[in-house]
Amino acid sequence: MVRVSFRVNGEPVEFDVKPSELLINTLREKLGLTSVRYGCGIGECGNCTVLVNGEPVLACLTLTVDVDGCEVLTVEGLSKSELTRVQKAFIEEGAVQCGYCTPAFILMAEYLVRSKPEPSIDDVREYLKGVLCRCTGYVNIFKAVLKASGSGRGRERVDKG
Amino acid sequence: MVVSEIPPINITARNTRIIPFEYEYYEPRSLKEVLELLDRYGDQARILAGGTDLLVKMKARLVEPRVVINVKKIDGLRYIVEDGEQVRIGALTRLRDVENSELVKKYIPALHDAVKSMGSIQIRNMATIGGNLCNASPAADTAPPLLVHNAKVVLSSVGGDRVLPLAEFFKGPGLTMLKPNELLREIIVEKSIAGSSAFKKVSRVAVDLAIASAAVYVEVEDGFIRNARIALGSVAPKPLRAVKTESLLRGLRIDSREVLNALKTIDEEISPITDVRSTAEYRRYASKVLVLDALEVAYARLKGGVHG
Repeated sequence: MVRVSFRVNGEPVEFDVKPSELLINTLREKLGLTSVRYGCGIGECGNCTVLVNGEPVLACLTLTVDVDGCEVLTVEGLSKSELTRVQKAFIEEGAVQCGYCTPAFILMAEYLVRSKPEPSIDDVREYLKGVLCRCTGYVNIFKAVLKASGSGRGRERVDKG
Repeated sequence: MVVSEIPPINITARNTRIIPFEYEYYEPRSLKEVLELLDRYGDQARILAGGTDLLVKMKARLVEPRVVINVKKIDGLRYIVEDGEQVRIGALTRLRDVENSELVKKYIPALHDAVKSMGSIQIRNMATIGGNLCNASPAADTAPPLLVHNAKVVLSSVGGDRVLPLAEFFKGPGLTMLKPNELLREIIVEKSIAGSSAFKKVSRVAVDLAIASAAVYVEVEDGFIRNARIALGSVAPKPLRAVKTESLLRGLRIDSREVLNALKTIDEEISPITDVRSTAEYRRYASKVLVLDALEVAYARLKGGVHG
């Protein structure tokens, strides 16, 4: 067992974990953060995306011991009281169907609007291509992200793109 | 094969939710410490860098190391620096850092193309350039660009460093010249100064592995090819240079039909297979088109300083 301490959604946590424990399992099973979704397990679907020190990584391919001392953010930690602009835009644009992939899309969208306040539709595609959605399709998701960003006028730009 | 002959699926080999075995785990803080650990454990140990290849294999029990050495927390192996006519890249440099490097964009444009096309942002944020090379996949996208830039790899062990041309580093699928006690520490890359380079690939979907890939470095004088280097991925047991085709290109007008004829020689230099991603036949066809496309982009960059 290895002692690890890190912050999850702003709160300090401390565990004794086996070196083989994967971050996705710590988050889901020990902390109940079930927004972190298990999809393919091999780094292709992106549904387990979390932000570690502000950068997106795949929780199913990260050892828990590796985030010792880091700041981990999941969708649960995005907003304490009010929804973020990205979250609101997802609701307004109907960017959710079954919802399984939604947390990963939201986190990648938050990461995008933080790193590129006025993204182009190509930027949106590039940032979101690592998350697979198998039911609603991507058009409404792209609209939502553009709407939430400084680029604003979502609808027409996606339709042209 | 009749249905009754198909072996049953090994359930443990499919379980990818956990790593289904335990190992000794080390988190060294210095290069010296890593090399000592490697010297002690040799081929019982595996180096964990980005984890995007190793952990996938461990989850499926394709590899079961007794010792895992996590090198991510070592300072000083993550850098991209200019050194005269070369660029030095630390093995732990993440693909995302390579992608965002102005030095790479300016002096190793084919490598910039390649990393931009690799996986997703999440993957590029985790995966390292050293890991991509040591994994030694015939489809490793960083390999063809580095091969046409005459890259060398610095391999370190407790006994000291040795330097190998990258072309000699790969032995076959998953196999390299690394000795059990050695660590790939640095990649030394020749800048494109007189010429330029580009990388092209075809893959099924955006974040997929390449079906075939090609990198080209070219120098052109008064419309004639003075020097060309070609490297191909996913069409042989290892990424390789097409030296025969390169020599045929030398001296040809860049926009002539002879260039197309010369590219037919690529057929003799590659040995593609048919697998889940594509057929050998398609790979043969695609290789020539990819080389031609990469040649055009590299030449356009040379003429106009285009980096797009």
